[in-house]
Amino acid sequence: MNDDGIRFERVTFAYEARPVLDDVTFTVPEGEFCLLVGATGAGKSTLLKAVNGLVPAFTGGTMRGRITVAGREVRGSTPADLADLVGHVGQDPAAGFVTDDVELELAYTAEQLGLDPAAMRKRVTEIVDLLGLADVRDRTLDALSSGQRQRVAIGAALVAGPAALVLDEPTSALDPAAADEVLSTLHRLVHDLGVTVLLAEHRLERVVQYADSALLLDGGKVTAGPVGEVLAASPVAPPVVALGRLAGWPGPPVTVREARRAAPGLREALAGRTPPQDAVPDGPVLLEARGVTVDHPGVRAVDGVDLVAARGERIALMGRNGSGKSSLLWALQGTGRRSGGTVAVGGADPAARRPGERRALAGLVPAEPADLLYAETVAAECAAADDDGRAPRGTCAKILADLVEGVDDRTHPRDLSEGQRLALALAVTLTAAPPLLLLDEPTRGLDQPGKAALADRLRALAAAGHCVVVSTHDVEFCAEFAGRVVILSDGQVVADGPAARIVAASPMFAPQVEKVLPGWLTVGQVAAALEEGGDGG
Amino acid sequence: MNRAGPPNGGGEGTEQRADAEGAGRPSGGDAKGTKKHLAAGNSGPPSGGAEGTEQRSAAENSEPPNGGDAERAPGPATPEGASGRVRGARRPPPGGPAPTPPPTPLSTPALRTAHRRTAHPVAWWGWALLLATAAGRTANPCLLLLIVAVAGLVVAYCRGSEPWSGAYRVFLAIGLTAVAVRFAFYLVFGGADGPTVLFTLPAATLPDWAAGFRLGGAVTAEGALAAAYDGLRLATLLVCVGAANALASPRRLLRSVPAALYEVSVAVVVALSVAPQLVASVGRVRRARALRGNTRRDPADLMRTVVAPVLHDALDRSLALAAAMASRGYGRAAGVPPAARRATGAALLVGLTGLCAGAYALLGAATPAPLAWGVLAAGAGAAVFGIAYASKRVPHTRYRPDRFTGRDWAVLASGAAALAGTVLSGLTEPAALWPATNPLAVPALPLQAAAGVLLAAAPALLVPATPKGTP
Repeated sequence: MNDDGIRFERVTFAYEARPVLDDVTFTVPEGEFCLLVGATGAGKSTLLKAVNGLVPAFTGGTMRGRITVAGREVRGSTPADLADLVGHVGQDPAAGFVTDDVELELAYTAEQLGLDPAAMRKRVTEIVDLLGLADVRDRTLDALSSGQRQRVAIGAALVAGPAALVLDEPTSALDPAAADEVLSTLHRLVHDLGVTVLLAEHRLERVVQYADSALLLDGGKVTAGPVGEVLAASPVAPPVVALGRLAGWPGPPVTVREARRAAPGLREALAGRTPPQDAVPDGPVLLEARGVTVDHPGVRAVDGVDLVAARGERIALMGRNGSGKSSLLWALQGTGRRSGGTVAVGGADPAARRPGERRALAGLVPAEPADLLYAETVAAECAAADDDGRAPRGTCAKILADLVEGVDDRTHPRDLSEGQRLALALAVTLTAAPPLLLLDEPTRGLDQPGKAALADRLRALAAAGHCVVVSTHDVEFCAEFAGRVVILSDGQVVADGPAARIVAASPMFAPQVEKVLPGWLTVGQVAAALEEGGDGG
Repeated sequence: MNRAGPPNGGGEGTEQRADAEGAGRPSGGDAKGTKKHLAAGNSGPPSGGAEGTEQRSAAENSEPPNGGDAERAPGPATPEGASGRVRGARRPPPGGPAPTPPPTPLSTPALRTAHRRTAHPVAWWGWALLLATAAGRTANPCLLLLIVAVAGLVVAYCRGSEPWSGAYRVFLAIGLTAVAVRFAFYLVFGGADGPTVLFTLPAATLPDWAAGFRLGGAVTAEGALAAAYDGLRLATLLVCVGAANALASPRRLLRSVPAALYEVSVAVVVALSVAPQLVASVGRVRRARALRGNTRRDPADLMRTVVAPVLHDALDRSLALAAAMASRGYGRAAGVPPAARRATGAALLVGLTGLCAGAYALLGAATPAPLAWGVLAAGAGAAVFGIAYASKRVPHTRYRPDRFTGRDWAVLASGAAALAGTVLSGLTEPAALWPATNPLAVPALPLQAAAGVLLAAAPALLVPATPKGTP
């Protein structure tokens, strides 16, 4: 048996009694790009951290079984001892930075390993070239874009020349273009260096095309195999796989290219049909923003944005990292800085109101929903929200129950799953019954079912008369949710119109289904049309 | 969160350790394994195969993935790159081709960042502190202003373009504030007196139990001048520290501490980056609080809704950082035998205790001076030995360490010249160093001291500010 790559032999891991990994055995051969698939909370991070011993060294818990990387035993060594063997890259690169300078950060691991200075220097220079960081090597880390930061984190893990690289959702905070940069860099690393890559990612549609094989983690058990087979059986799958399942394509195809080849039959079946058109909400105008400008020190984040929206509209705000989406949302809500222009929500300027009245006009769920939460239990949080909003007792709890089922009242908000925490933050915001609801990047950390549930909730809220504006990088979520898409670039609106028209015109923002079947955005639409066709014919 | 137990939680640790013993991996073998791995790492990733690496780096060089690198790395291979090649290939890859220098260089130090070009941070701090010591030995305003001017000149010529390079101006402002504060103190509390009364403030004499302090009263030219000289001296000291900050940030200085203090310096660096993060975190939480319409200001509510979340955040982040640092090799014990570690620790401890005792004895009058000096020297010796001994054994290295060259000695020497000149003047013309303000007189410039201070401007010529010369 080959001893290279990553091997798990009968590994069982549990916190107290609950097993996270249950008798797991698999091998990722040397030099393979392997994708780890699983629902939120399935234990993907635990598995990844077990590869370099962070689990159980940093978490506690009981572990049995044997893990080897490139033939070296993982258990019995500390993560520090394994630094030359396994590189670990987390979701938020900034959280793992030790220094504040690109070159020093890259060299950090090599310094720890005691690499000869001259060899270290050569190695850092190689990494800089390999990851395309030559232009930014002299900068400080906080001057980098988020894609560059993630690449620095990957480079820092690679400097020691590890045999395996483990990445936990490396692209979930990135816009599609930056994610592409990071993933194609990884792809090149696999080819050039022969590094074994094990990567977990929620946004499967981004990663699948690069992967050689996949592991499915479900209920503590791991299934290994070719990407297509694994995804066909997976509870979470990119839209193109769901489409393949629906149409009964063999394989199923996992990339858009493969799907296009299989698609002619389906296109014929759909010929003559059009996806249901969203009725344009003709409710009264709710939000009227004219020439909104936001200046941050040294940079104009939002530059004269006009945005008019009616009740019942579902707007997705898209654009690259740093294109001004968050600044615009905060300025619309009134709590954020606004340097120029006017905002009127139902005729009143929220920035001119006191915070208590402001949130009754416009509610904002920030990118880090946990920021909104500060009580010790869900029940206390709901009660505090009622007090803050001077709403009758139980208002928030009732909204929460409508949004999501089965939240234990006594749980600490920070122990909730991502989806539940988001729902709680949303409930807290909705307690004040704002007609305008703004959400900043709500889909981070949500898996496909979670995102579908969120899209449903937001659709229901829009149908109930709220105007919902969501900033997102997630093109699939946008296709599920949005009726209208506004694309920002450098703080200016570059496109604004019905979702179908806008995303179809942009290769960057088009969902997978639209790439396979032009005109159609989601698997749901296709399924509905086929069903209708089946009934009719 | 509440699952995050102690590292190696509970009985788990023993189980794991037993496993490790069973697999027959004593720590010595581990260390060797690491070294081997490193040697392979020098010539490329172990899995990539030796000859693959050679070819790859050549390919990378002839065709950099992004064009910008081409201008960065012109010219022939640097001696540094070549020697790295030789040293890196301690263990020739089996079956691979003999290591040859890469066709194109990987690095050209001369064209790299600005901060590599200037002198060694220890040299800059030494220079600035020597200058400050010189300033501390005089109250002559001409000499003090000369020192400020020299420091400003050197900063203007030699500073880089880093964020901290503006520190000189900040410290200049602080210095001016110090002069103003000293002057205000003189106005209120009085000080040196003289015959030339400028104006009289309403005076109040405090009762006897407050030691009969006089507030306000006559303001004399002599007293004002003495206060100004005093303030100027303080301001000059501050400006010297500002110059050091502008020329080499404390963070850069930390990178030059001996290897034995590496862990300490990393801790300080991490702490330095925590402060701005905390500020950002507070801002974020306060904005989120406003989103909830909570504008209460009572301390209990602030504690619950701002302080608690921020601390929560900070704890989460430090756990994440600790995990990240561990997985990147921080705290590797590989290679240091426990006996050596204990010896180092003991030497350091004894040394520091000796230093403290010596300093105390020296300042106190009770101990005879030779004994005090003896204890001090012994303590310093033990500390230096401990640090040097430990540094030899620390398995860490520095990325592009700043090297102490002849030029850095020259920078130090120029600072020492200022101090020497002041000391010399103190012996020959003490009156010029401490000019009398009563009677009023234009202070004379002490020649030796002034010459020394002027010599301290030498770094402006020695250290190139433009990327011309190779260090």
